[in-house]
Amino acid sequence: MSAIQPSVAQDRSKQASAPVGGSAPNAVGSVGAPIEYILHLADNAVVLGQRNAEWCGHGPILEEDIAMGNVSLDYIGQARLLYQLAATRMGGDATEDKLAYFRDETQFRNYTLLELPHNGPLVGYAVSDRDYATTVVRNFLYGALMVLVWDALEKSPDADLAAIAAKSLKEARYHLHHAADWLVRFGDGTDESHQRAQAAVDHLFPYTEEFWTPSVAEDAAVAAGAGVDVCSLRAAWDAIVNETLSEATLVRPQVRGYVPEGKHGRHSEHLGYLLGEMQGLARAHPGATW
Amino acid sequence: MYTQSFSVPDNAGQKNVAAVPSTENPELMAAFDARIDADGRIEPQDWMPDAYRKTLVRQISQHAHSEIVGMLPEGNWISRAPSLKRKAILIAKVQDEGGHGLYLYSAAETLGTSRDQMLEGLHSGKAKYSSIFNYPTLNWADVGVIGWLVDGAAIMNQIPLCRCSYGPYSRAMVRVCKEESFHQRQGYEALLVMMQGTEAQRAMVQDAVNRLWWKCLAMFGPPDADSPNSAQGMRWGIKRISNDELRQKFVDATVPQAKVLGVTLPDPDLKWNEARQHYDYGQIDWQEFWNTVEGNGPCNKERLATRVKAHNDGQWVRDAALAYTRKQQQRAQKEAA
Amino acid sequence: MNTPALKEWPLWEIFVRSKQGLEHKHCGSLHAADAAQALHMARDVYTRRQEGVSIWVVPSIAITASNPDDKGELFDPAADKIYRHPTFYEIPEEVGHM
Repeated sequence: MSAIQPSVAQDRSKQASAPVGGSAPNAVGSVGAPIEYILHLADNAVVLGQRNAEWCGHGPILEEDIAMGNVSLDYIGQARLLYQLAATRMGGDATEDKLAYFRDETQFRNYTLLELPHNGPLVGYAVSDRDYATTVVRNFLYGALMVLVWDALEKSPDADLAAIAAKSLKEARYHLHHAADWLVRFGDGTDESHQRAQAAVDHLFPYTEEFWTPSVAEDAAVAAGAGVDVCSLRAAWDAIVNETLSEATLVRPQVRGYVPEGKHGRHSEHLGYLLGEMQGLARAHPGATW
Repeated sequence: MYTQSFSVPDNAGQKNVAAVPSTENPELMAAFDARIDADGRIEPQDWMPDAYRKTLVRQISQHAHSEIVGMLPEGNWISRAPSLKRKAILIAKVQDEGGHGLYLYSAAETLGTSRDQMLEGLHSGKAKYSSIFNYPTLNWADVGVIGWLVDGAAIMNQIPLCRCSYGPYSRAMVRVCKEESFHQRQGYEALLVMMQGTEAQRAMVQDAVNRLWWKCLAMFGPPDADSPNSAQGMRWGIKRISNDELRQKFVDATVPQAKVLGVTLPDPDLKWNEARQHYDYGQIDWQEFWNTVEGNGPCNKERLATRVKAHNDGQWVRDAALAYTRKQQQRAQKEAA
Repeated sequence: MNTPALKEWPLWEIFVRSKQGLEHKHCGSLHAADAAQALHMARDVYTRRQEGVSIWVVPSIAITASNPDDKGELFDPAADKIYRHPTFYEIPEEVGHM
């Protein structure tokens, strides 16, 4: 909290259309990144952590089951730190778990990419099996972004956010390494693994378009000097992605048309199922301590 | 987690055991016995009687299978954990169970049986695993009760195994025990918090204890009188304390913990016996135990089918990794040529 | 599932240095397709509790072990070479530590 930054409150006043979660009534104008921005980062982490943890006990081999467990734990850990930071800045009765468990679907600010099931393009209630290629490709595309985001945020004048970024950067590097390693093995492995990897790339790539369309919160974070201009990361992301895809003998698909808007609170059909499962028990016992 | 001490013969891996003469060489046998008597350790390359090898492969692989099947009942609650802290703890714990399975499979592999052979035994239904995991986890408190009681029972059994006669097994158990100590404590602590919470939370804990208590007592295996293989295991130093002795130790340790927690253990016969200096407890339903061991418990089919599915679904992933490695090796060879 | 199953991943022995200045110590084994993957897997399997700062992986088949039957001829002859140990020699006390 050492950095002196324009108040968040003034940014928030401009964003009536993008409300923070239910429990943010008396957000004090704390210095640093806007709360909406922190929640965007936190929601990303919790949603992907929740998804990846679905593999726990079902991985393709014991060693990889354990490895994916570590990735999930990193994401849940990042989410906790970010929610705690947001809760502290919101004040009042906000807590990490209130933010994770008692906000509705439309209040979540994660990328749509991260909420999709480990599967091809199917509607929510048609999804059953999990496909590891989808898991790996998603972790790769998002991991490639986050090594750049955290690297930039590590230098943020918002000292609290910078500290979380420094810790998360190391984790993100490992996640990227892990996912890229598998992606190359899939792409350049067997015919089946190549087909699965290409199908997953084709399915998920369009969702990355959302990375490059800044939200109000991201713009506010940049304006406050505490965030990172995502568009400035695009060339570096392209380089990482293109290099790995080429090593994996996979083709980068042409992307056009629909741009997802999860970070604006407009999600796919899948987030509702994910949150329903994640939040159900906590919501059945409001006020309980676990 | 833990394998029960029941000695149900299963045929996992036995056909693949390295050829050791079945009519044991008396000189080698005498040297082996002398080392066991001196509480020495047997290492993979040492001579060992065929029956010792077979028993170890069966016991260690059953133990390993229990760990990985044991990931499922608790994994059932990862996605619904009611706080992020508990979610992280649960992922770490279930992941640890996978690690324990891995250490144990590795220990068994030193006896000349591959992990694939052991998994084949599990997937075909021939190999057994702890029957406690064939019961459903029906409310969030089950996660805490598994940590407190199931892992508590496991620790009772595993600590003596750290001194078992087979080196790789005892070393694996040392590592497992170190990690396991967090499991029981996290479970008990989670229950303490719930017992201090709402009426509904306390009811969840009591419900979970009611469902799991007797299953935990059965985990220690049949009474010593009905456990013929136990004596051989004791002789070989791969079982250190008898089923009944461990069970008594567990009951004695658990009763005061239940009191602190404020839950009732569902046994009207449970009371302190001044003469024995132990708690007496009621009759275990062995019929139900054997039904479950034999595959007819509430979740046997789900658990097994889920393991088989994960393994089959993962085949293309494992194949891809190996195919890539081979391509890389061929490329390197070509470059060198 | 049309591709025929390839063989099991090979086994690797894992050695972990628990902290700078100490030797790598054998801590167990695992399966991995190749050395690079074995290193990653070892990090996830054997250093989840900060057990290590460095990892070695060695293909299990690359290890040549002494034969237990040769234990006598290999190791027993060292038993009577007690003059190799410092305690074999008596030094006057006034010399102090040596």
